[in-house]
Amino acid sequence: MEQQYIDLYKQHHESIKKHSADVMNKTRDASFALFEELRFPTASLENYKYSDLKEPLAVDYGLNINRIPIPVNPYDVFKCDVPGINSYLFFVVNDAFYPTNDPRALKLPEGVIIGSVKEIAISHPELLKDYFGKLSTTKNDGLVAFNGAFAQDGFFMYVPKNVVLTKPVQLVNIMRSDVDFMANSHNLIILEEGSKAQLLVCDHTVDEVRFLSNRVTEVFVGENATYEHYKLENTHTKTTNLSTLLIDQRATSNVLANVITLHNGITRNTIEIDLDGEHCETQLCGMVIGDKNQQVDNFTSIIHNKPNCNSKELFKYVLDGFAKGGFTGKLLVAKDAQKTAAFQTNRNILLNKTAKMRTKPQLEIYADDVKCSHGATIGQLDETAKFYMQSRGISESEARLLLMFAFTNDVTELIRIPALQDRIRMLVEKRLRGELSKCEGCVICQ
Amino acid sequence: MLEIKNLHANINGKEILKGLDLTVRAGEIHAIMGPNGAGKSTLASVLTGNQAFEVTHGDVTFNGKNLLELSPEDRSREGIFLSFQYPVEIPGVSMVNFMRTAVNEHRKYKNLEPLSATDFLRIMREKKELVEMDNKLTNRSVNEGFSGGEKKRNEIFQMAMLDPRLSILDETDSGLDIDALRIVANGVNKLKTSENASIVITHYQRLLDYIVPDFVHVLYNGRIVKSGGKELALELEERGYDWIKKEVDGE
Repeated sequence: MEQQYIDLYKQHHESIKKHSADVMNKTRDASFALFEELRFPTASLENYKYSDLKEPLAVDYGLNINRIPIPVNPYDVFKCDVPGINSYLFFVVNDAFYPTNDPRALKLPEGVIIGSVKEIAISHPELLKDYFGKLSTTKNDGLVAFNGAFAQDGFFMYVPKNVVLTKPVQLVNIMRSDVDFMANSHNLIILEEGSKAQLLVCDHTVDEVRFLSNRVTEVFVGENATYEHYKLENTHTKTTNLSTLLIDQRATSNVLANVITLHNGITRNTIEIDLDGEHCETQLCGMVIGDKNQQVDNFTSIIHNKPNCNSKELFKYVLDGFAKGGFTGKLLVAKDAQKTAAFQTNRNILLNKTAKMRTKPQLEIYADDVKCSHGATIGQLDETAKFYMQSRGISESEARLLLMFAFTNDVTELIRIPALQDRIRMLVEKRLRGELSKCEGCVICQ
Repeated sequence: MLEIKNLHANINGKEILKGLDLTVRAGEIHAIMGPNGAGKSTLASVLTGNQAFEVTHGDVTFNGKNLLELSPEDRSREGIFLSFQYPVEIPGVSMVNFMRTAVNEHRKYKNLEPLSATDFLRIMREKKELVEMDNKLTNRSVNEGFSGGEKKRNEIFQMAMLDPRLSILDETDSGLDIDALRIVANGVNKLKTSENASIVITHYQRLLDYIVPDFVHVLYNGRIVKSGGKELALELEERGYDWIKKEVDGE
């Protein structure tokens, strides 16, 4: 199944490069060579053992190599009118940055640059050259290599030294096509020393065709900077969402990454956080609500390279139907990373006998003065608690709902944007009530 | 109000209740005493519809309805309340949310509109005072991190909120110090009317100094083997259960 892409690249690499940026083309051939060698990952690889991507990767997707504009106005298909979530709003349609015409987007603080990688590569090449591909090109991963070969553009955000973005930046990925379609994009986010930013990434699908998105996001969090990354997926069951989030943290920086899958088809999130300075704080968390034949695999990796950093990880899954969940919590504490405190928790509820969950903590600790813990559980709803509620007149279905809601609540509580937290709570409740069985428009803002 | 006839019930295939008869009328307080393993808590579980127990024989009618056919939630909505011997902790579900859901489900059953937030909070405040419950507790998750005494007070608080016709207090005195016992008993007494009734399950006579029963029954080996007035409790306190066991086993 890789062959069609290999042929495509050999035939069309000139067009791919022509419609991209130098900074992306620089490593393109090398990425392609790596992909030719690695091919798409299969479940026989340790890091992909919970992801079954064979079927979705075999679909004959269209690619938009010549960057033909897709006839869609995201402002029409995406209505953001919720009071409270006041954000700098940006769209990527498939894999192209949508030229912004929203006046709200224009009032960015001084020096903040947000746009498409392709444009910024021309207007501010100096911002990209030290960062672009720095984390991704070192990865020995078929999906990342594929992205390196085929991605032609992406979202770019730069926050200069000591600048604080007081409103969250919202990036909405919309998949829109009349035929089965694949999108590759490579995003880059740079926070300089002492800056602060919050990014909310929403994944949506508009049309009822099969989509595959393969996105790589590199984030550089400078010294003493604070970055929050929220990813909310609400796509339809024909979507395959492959995403790789690579975060590099410098000394005394603070990162929160919260990855929520409300509704999807097949999802693979790879999240790698490197702690490359002392006194970093990291909170990585996520939630999955899955039913039908949905699949979600979160592969996470936190690497403590320097001493005195704290990391906390919390993932929760509620699975029903024939859903399949996977979680890997890799934690590496390097030899010199003394006084590391790292805590990892993965808790899962299976609502029936056909849903499946596989979970694997993977701790490698080479320092001797650390505090590390991990815990993984797979269980059912607490019957005693359910009976207790029923004995107070609460119906069985409502009792189940309250328990599931309570179960996911500690992940929601970690959201630091109050309006978003309220919104997600409401969406989770709707989802658990079965009222979000199909993605229509934007659930964040409908 | 409640009529139990020849009730037999099993758990895991083992028969615990072996032909229990009991009639409770409005306005009455019945105490059920008995040695460990007699079936006291089983009776409470069966009346509230705990699925772990299987009723193999007998009838239970509650205000004319066949109680055994009702789901646990409908039994509650019909007016049965169990104060649990071991109240359950439910992390993540706030007391307020829990109680509001329960109260509104009761109202829906009676075809009443849900309470407004202000009305609900006002009623909650009133009922909390009844059991001298700390404000902090209602802001927390249900029973999570509550002390033994706080849990029992919380049970009586919930009873006050739901205003049941028949309340069953299962070992409400266990784990309570004397002050907590007085507060809990006061709460129960204040909720007493001529329209409702209570079944008080207890090991010891102590609670009955505070909640004075009209009838005392001795449950032994799955049946009520002796009934009397409140003086029976005093006699049991003094003489233990052995003389009753002898009387029954000697039959």
